[in-house]
Amino acid sequence: MSGPVAARLGDRLHLQHGPIDLIIGCDPGARAAAFAAAMARFASVLGELVAERPALRVQGAAVQGPVARRMAAAVAPHRVFVTPMAAVAGAVADEVLAAMRAAAPVTRAYVNNGGDIALHLGPGHSFRARIAGLDGADLGLVDVQAGQGIGGMATSGLGGRSLTMGIAQSVTVLAPCAATADAAATLIANAVDVPGHPGIVRQRACDVVPDSDLGQHLVTRFVGGLTGAEVALALSGGAAEARRMQAAGVIHAAILCLRDRVEVAGHPAYFLERSAAHA
Amino acid sequence: MAEKIRCDACPVLCYIADGKIGACDRYANHGGNLVRLDPLTVVSTSAVPFLDGEWDGDIVQGYRRFVTAVGAGTTYPDYKPAPFIVSQEIDGVDMVTVVTEGIFSYCGVKVKIDTDRHIGAEGAVVRVDGEAIGHVTTGEYGSKMLSLGGVDHLTGGSKAEGRVTCDALLRLCNREPVELQIDEGARVVVQAGQPPVINGAPERLMRVGCGSAAIGMFARQWAPLVDEVVVVDDHITGVLSEHQAGRMLGVPATGIKVKGRRSTPGRYFQVAEPGTGWGGTNVDDPLTILKPSDPKVAWPGLRLLMISTTGEQWGYFELDAELVPRPADAPAAVLASAERLAENCEPSLCSVLFMGGAGGSLRAGVTDNPVRLTRSVKDALTHVSCGGVSAYVWPGGGITVMADVLHMPSNAFGYVPTPALVAPIEFTMRRSDYAALGGHMDQIRPVADVLAQARQVAGDGSDPAAARNFRWGLR
Repeated sequence: MSGPVAARLGDRLHLQHGPIDLIIGCDPGARAAAFAAAMARFASVLGELVAERPALRVQGAAVQGPVARRMAAAVAPHRVFVTPMAAVAGAVADEVLAAMRAAAPVTRAYVNNGGDIALHLGPGHSFRARIAGLDGADLGLVDVQAGQGIGGMATSGLGGRSLTMGIAQSVTVLAPCAATADAAATLIANAVDVPGHPGIVRQRACDVVPDSDLGQHLVTRFVGGLTGAEVALALSGGAAEARRMQAAGVIHAAILCLRDRVEVAGHPAYFLERSAAHA
Repeated sequence: MAEKIRCDACPVLCYIADGKIGACDRYANHGGNLVRLDPLTVVSTSAVPFLDGEWDGDIVQGYRRFVTAVGAGTTYPDYKPAPFIVSQEIDGVDMVTVVTEGIFSYCGVKVKIDTDRHIGAEGAVVRVDGEAIGHVTTGEYGSKMLSLGGVDHLTGGSKAEGRVTCDALLRLCNREPVELQIDEGARVVVQAGQPPVINGAPERLMRVGCGSAAIGMFARQWAPLVDEVVVVDDHITGVLSEHQAGRMLGVPATGIKVKGRRSTPGRYFQVAEPGTGWGGTNVDDPLTILKPSDPKVAWPGLRLLMISTTGEQWGYFELDAELVPRPADAPAAVLASAERLAENCEPSLCSVLFMGGAGGSLRAGVTDNPVRLTRSVKDALTHVSCGGVSAYVWPGGGITVMADVLHMPSNAFGYVPTPALVAPIEFTMRRSDYAALGGHMDQIRPVADVLAQARQVAGDGSDPAAARNFRWGLR
């Protein structure tokens, strides 16, 4: 069985263990100590999660470990079906970033767990992330500044490894931490949907991935032709969900993409550019 | 329909149905076999082309890419052409590289451990988790050697022995640390490119030479500083005044007597038992290898330096009125000479060479006529590499190769539950030579076609497609 592995990618650190891949960046002053702390913390993360996996796959079950508690806290504000596993990637990113900050005077750092990103921006620092469609199309640029209260950015949708109940290409959420952003992105992406549409093929999650925490819930396997009105309807459903979360103080903003249409919910200032075709 | 399998590649232990992938997207159930899905890996080869005209500072210029078999997938069940057969024009020659991941049940690793310490007798069994995975083989200069894996441990023993052997080989080949217990010997942690850790202590330096060689190398520096030097070594302990080097420098006899069996003047075998102390002996107090000094020759105040073959341990002594050596404060120049010896030692490392035989079935992925591939390799028309690292091909029958895992892309190796290792192997040759050996010409694709789906990494500078690797390219 392979254990956790680490590699330097230039100035960045790559940590991998089983399904977890982290790309970590840090300002040069704190880099050596922060990377050492990240490696030390990462060594046991997957083992801790595996030990509590049965509880983490159930909504509302009590959990113990620090990453597990971050996951449970991230899904707690939501009243729909969601298990702590919806926040696993973000929670791991948050935990490793916290270990780095505890070990060194970090001024700017990020832990990117497959697109779910924990961020720390000291005064005067910023972080930019480009949003790409599943085909690589450039859908815009997110710009986060220090002092905005954003510590996490996460993306859910039809791309990536996780199953989705909706049809969003991607939903990117900005939130106080990555675990919260991760769970919110999952739920907003689920809400981007056209229920009952004959062109959308759905399957029970357990038939797609035998181990899935989504059990018998239907997940999206294929999205056929959609009219412009259907795209707009689906996006507005997701955007409404995102605005409810923003009003409740759970997230800062969400960027929803479907068929290369982009809808921004919450504070638009974070979203710097988008090409005219998508306006 | 094949049944679900339990993936044990990581602690998540996914339960994967046929045709499905695990949570990591790296492993899948392919007809009941656990297979790796890592992206095909391409290494950039050849250095910055200073010689080819003016260099404009662009380090990408002149680089070419070599498609490795890492992540390529296998040809199993063998009648299929190799997963990637790519063509590329190199220096005006149309080259073809046949890229596949081979499933090797005949394979193992040769491990070189730079240390003088005794880790186990030749032939002693090497174990992981109590299972035999190989043995200590004939030692080399300054190094202990292990031969691990092989078909008898992989598939010839118990199920547990095969599983543990396969796992240890996989980790060694992927440059992870593995703890080995040698029967009636040491506990050694081996990791390619890292110092060995012997009984919990990391080894630091590789000996500068045997005790006799050390005398020869440093005699001129020692002779003016002290009256006698003993370099403690389990193999050959050296004594300056008796050694040819001391004689030629006019060092007078000292009457210092060393235990053990005299080989030639100033060179002694078996001054103590093998161990993990000074110079690979079991000695922690060097004075225990001395016999009483000869009262007819030795004199009070005689200055004696005793030092190990790595210079990591040393002691300075002076004879008292009864001619017994007593520890004394070393003059600065003696201290400097001990440091000089240590400075001349290379860092101690573990080296791991993968060794495997490309059997008949693997060759079928390259050509319909497998023996022609073997002949083409022997004729130096086909160059063999593993993960982009040029492989040594053994003489004699078959295609039995050895390659250094240190310079391969990360996680270049996988395994199948057989148990057997999955190792990358590439065959590179001219397009015309590929046609001549019955290659799958209709499967050739330009290299640019596969780059989009590949992971790209920097190579180590070796270039499997370089003309010098081929008979026709030798000048």
